Amino acid sequence: MPTIEDLQRDTDSAVAVAAPTSVATPAPPRTFNARKKKKPWKSWLLFLLFAGPNVALLIVFTYKPLLQSLYYSTLQWNLGSASAIPVGLGNYVAWFTDPGTARVVTVTLIFTVATVGGGMVIGLLFAVLLNRKLHGRGAARTIVVAPYVLSGVAVGLLWLFVFDPNFGITAALLDAIGVASPPWYNDPHWALVMVIIVYLWKNVGYVALIYLAALQSVPRDVLEAASLDGASPVRAFRNIVLPLLGPTTFFLSITTLLSSLQSFDIIQAMTRGGPLEGTTTMMYQIYEEGFQAGRAGYSSAVATILFAVLLVVTLIQMKYVEKRVHY
Amino acid sequence: MAQQITTATRRRKPLQLGGYLGLAVAIAIMILPLLWMFLAGFKERDEIYTVPIQWFPETYDLSNYAAALAAVPFGSFFLNSTIITVIGAGLKLLLGLTTAYAVVFLEFPFKKFVFGLVIFALLVPQQIVMIPNFTLVASLGWINTYQGIIVPGLASAFGTFLFRQHFLTLPISILEAAALDGASHWTRLWRFIVPISAPTIAAVALVSIVSEWNEYLWPLLVVDRSDMMTLPVGLMLLQNNDGVTNWGVLMAGTVLVTVPVLLAFFVLQKRIIAGLTAGGVTG
Repeated sequence: MPTIEDLQRDTDSAVAVAAPTSVATPAPPRTFNARKKKKPWKSWLLFLLFAGPNVALLIVFTYKPLLQSLYYSTLQWNLGSASAIPVGLGNYVAWFTDPGTARVVTVTLIFTVATVGGGMVIGLLFAVLLNRKLHGRGAARTIVVAPYVLSGVAVGLLWLFVFDPNFGITAALLDAIGVASPPWYNDPHWALVMVIIVYLWKNVGYVALIYLAALQSVPRDVLEAASLDGASPVRAFRNIVLPLLGPTTFFLSITTLLSSLQSFDIIQAMTRGGPLEGTTTMMYQIYEEGFQAGRAGYSSAVATILFAVLLVVTLIQMKYVEKRVHY
Repeated sequence: MAQQITTATRRRKPLQLGGYLGLAVAIAIMILPLLWMFLAGFKERDEIYTVPIQWFPETYDLSNYAAALAAVPFGSFFLNSTIITVIGAGLKLLLGLTTAYAVVFLEFPFKKFVFGLVIFALLVPQQIVMIPNFTLVASLGWINTYQGIIVPGLASAFGTFLFRQHFLTLPISILEAAALDGASHWTRLWRFIVPISAPTIAAVALVSIVSEWNEYLWPLLVVDRSDMMTLPVGLMLLQNNDGVTNWGVLMAGTVLVTVPVLLAFFVLQKRIIAGLTAGGVTG
């Protein structure tokens, strides 16, 4: 009978597998030359040598462009053009009053909610399945995670063939039950469903993996005590396991939201935002406006709005978690 | 007691069966599309454009692969991807290690602020800053160069975070011994800390390699010459060649892009999975 140790070995305990609680614990002082207080500037200089290059890169390629983007958003400026006209909040006004904006926001919301929410539900289901003492679950875990390490472009292209309305697998499967294949390529709604399915297929393994690691750290005797108490497996899961997974769910909700909002490869490979802009998310719009239409100022305004939304959502998540999750 | 165990096992049986069924469905969903891609790479046109679909090709010849290799310079793509991945992931690892070392073991008045600066960068999607970065790279004359692809994404935020978490768990006695030995910080990092952190470093390295290899948007923006393209960017050229998609050739190209990663994943999966899980379990 496998013990908890066995299960943990399965996920390779080589990486620091600290409990989620470690986040909240203040770190003990680690500067082991703290007693030689004589020349602090020497340590400061070393610190700059060690951390400086990384911080400099972040400033040059993350923080400075973040501010630049904010500034560009106030310009009417075409990418590569030498001249720009300051328009104040004009780009923002243009975006909020554009008749196409409602569609872009809806597409972004549907895509995000479906990929983040769907990913967490399916991922948790897979994790529960992979956590059972079944033969072949090691191989199954490998197979479930495999698509996650593949190129999004390659995944998008191969699924495009799977979804071919005439010669693809889905057409054949639907034909077997007497249903005609939906126009995946030509209908904006079906195209959105298609890219969501592909995104889930590629990324669900990651969610499953993280949940699996968390499930394996749930003490088995807690579950056994519950089942001896007569609690059904479903109730034991809902009342005991799910709350214990709280910090993991929080972590996943932030990371999967960030990657979902950034997803580009699959949409570019499969639909290029179409048909009829049915798969144009805000992220795709930023690319399209900036690099296809060349409207760099407008694109920067959309980028700024998206970043603001991202910050607010993350802050709300953190606030909510402070109340709900007990580390 | 014995009574309870037998009822428990009896209740297990149908559950067990359901479990295997679920496992089989999950595996089928994950594998079938990949299998479809592999088989299509060998199919003739009339085996692809046929209803009902034909799963297996009559012969396994490589003409689609030959056509893909003739249509676009896959050799250059492969070389470019390899160079960019090795240099990019290597430097990123180095930056992560030194930054984490500084944050954990060295003194500096604004240490918390510096670490916060690194961590907050995780919240800034690359696409938010791509227009300014593109302008900068273009003004440096770095379009269609390796440095143009590598440098803007080089900084290490996630790696720094993971290494810091790991360094905080190291036994301080070893490091004190090293300090008494009179070893410099540079030596301490490479002689003492890196060797005992090898599993963590390997895990983080593999995850960086995978994401560097698959990176698409940025290389797409800064490269327009096919001899400088990486595999994901170059693969898309196969799709654009004519109006109607030639699935056989396109799938052959897709196989060429995915198979090296799949093989590496199957061989190194323990480490890669450890790397992917590290963030979730510690953070």
